[in-house]
Amino acid sequence: MTKQIIVPFGPQHPVLPEPIHLDLVLEDERVVDVIPSIGYIHRGFEKLVEKREYTEYVYIAERTCGICSFIHGATYCQGIEQIMNIDVPERAQYLRVIWSEYSRLHSHLLWLGLFADSFGFENLFMNAWRIRERILDVMEQTTGGRVIQGSCKIGGVRRDIANEKLDEMRRDLDTTEREIRDLTTVFLQDNSIKHRLRNVGRLSKEDAYHLGASGPTARGSGVAIDLRKTGYGAYGKLNFQLVTDSCGDCYGRCAVRAQELFTSIDLIRQAIQKIPDGPIDIKVSGAPNGEFFTRAEQPRGELVHYLKGNGTKFLVRSRIRTPTLTNIPPLVRMLQGCELADVPVIVLSIDPCISCTER
Amino acid sequence: MAFFEMTKTAIKTLLSTPATILYPAQPAKKTPLSRGHVTIDESRCISCGTCQRKCPSQAIVISKEAKTWQIDRLRCVVCNSCVDTCPVKCLFMDTQYSSPVIARSVELIAITYVKPAKPEKKDEASA
Repeated sequence: MTKQIIVPFGPQHPVLPEPIHLDLVLEDERVVDVIPSIGYIHRGFEKLVEKREYTEYVYIAERTCGICSFIHGATYCQGIEQIMNIDVPERAQYLRVIWSEYSRLHSHLLWLGLFADSFGFENLFMNAWRIRERILDVMEQTTGGRVIQGSCKIGGVRRDIANEKLDEMRRDLDTTEREIRDLTTVFLQDNSIKHRLRNVGRLSKEDAYHLGASGPTARGSGVAIDLRKTGYGAYGKLNFQLVTDSCGDCYGRCAVRAQELFTSIDLIRQAIQKIPDGPIDIKVSGAPNGEFFTRAEQPRGELVHYLKGNGTKFLVRSRIRTPTLTNIPPLVRMLQGCELADVPVIVLSIDPCISCTER
Repeated sequence: MAFFEMTKTAIKTLLSTPATILYPAQPAKKTPLSRGHVTIDESRCISCGTCQRKCPSQAIVISKEAKTWQIDRLRCVVCNSCVDTCPVKCLFMDTQYSSPVIARSVELIAITYVKPAKPEKKDEASA
């Protein structure tokens, strides 16, 4: 038997945007087992819920993550609205969909860039982020914030987008789509990229399902789950096709995310077309009394917010379960049997967001 | 199998102007909605304390006795909550970010608002 050695990977590693620690058990250059550990950036968000009014906590919920911030805020609001039986005006629901999909675009472009960087294609990384800048510009023009939008509140949204601006956004999307198509062609067609990603970090459909993979990690292995299909918010009124890939390797996950960019663009176009005129918020009074378990689709997968109130302005309990946490067991399975040099690419292929995971 | 997929993008990039701006020589991009930092019109503030209560990061402290409004710029998360809730609309959101500092400090602003004489007359009448 070959001698086993343990190589620590992370929490500080050039490829990792955020700290996660993996103990890689190696036999020669082959990884035989992985022991993951998290807990480097716990910030105690869930405790803070007892110290801030439920209306103010939206800002804190939004700061759980720096990439899918809007969706965190919207999911929290969705939960409180369910507890208090608030009917959100339709225009606000559509606006939430538009901003959520813009968040998804910016998150996926960010990930494509980081992924390109992880396999050493720096030029592609810069190009992906240049397109992402266009998305962030739209975010800033419509909400006032590039990354932390702060445009969601309980009972609706804080800002409206004028119909002229919506038309302008729709026209801009044509240019953005063209640029994204040029970018994704490189990811999906280029010979050297295919060579680097094919058959690396394979995850079978059964494993993906049983180990609880979610989002593009699951869809990249052929498991067709997407919470947007449950029709929360205004998603029920929009049509879209689920993107899945049967490969189950790094290339499959990359392909799913690349194609989802077009799904998001299509959803924004549909939402802009169908958005009704009307109020953007309703007045909320009282305090939440009860509990609710609310779910939404983040760029990385299924996001769960559990909220419990006791009739006062302060919630008793908030619990956030993020998609990266459920994607860690599938990651361990992907890493078993791979080469040490493939570890950075495989770790990045699940799009780890550790700040979300630890809150 | 495809080769030279990147060529189109590379040529385009070569012939176009840089995507970045030469900050700080050129000013950073700003939109009318951009949230930079909170400013106050001290001559209109009625010291009601709504901004202090609605601040999620507890950056604003108001003293009614000393007639001061103070903000810790490093605590402020620029959420716009105070500007939205101010009853007399004396708070504004400036699009420029607050300037960098080398030490933690609070910004203290003296409120110069003087209560108009009219309500005082009312008090006398009721008394």
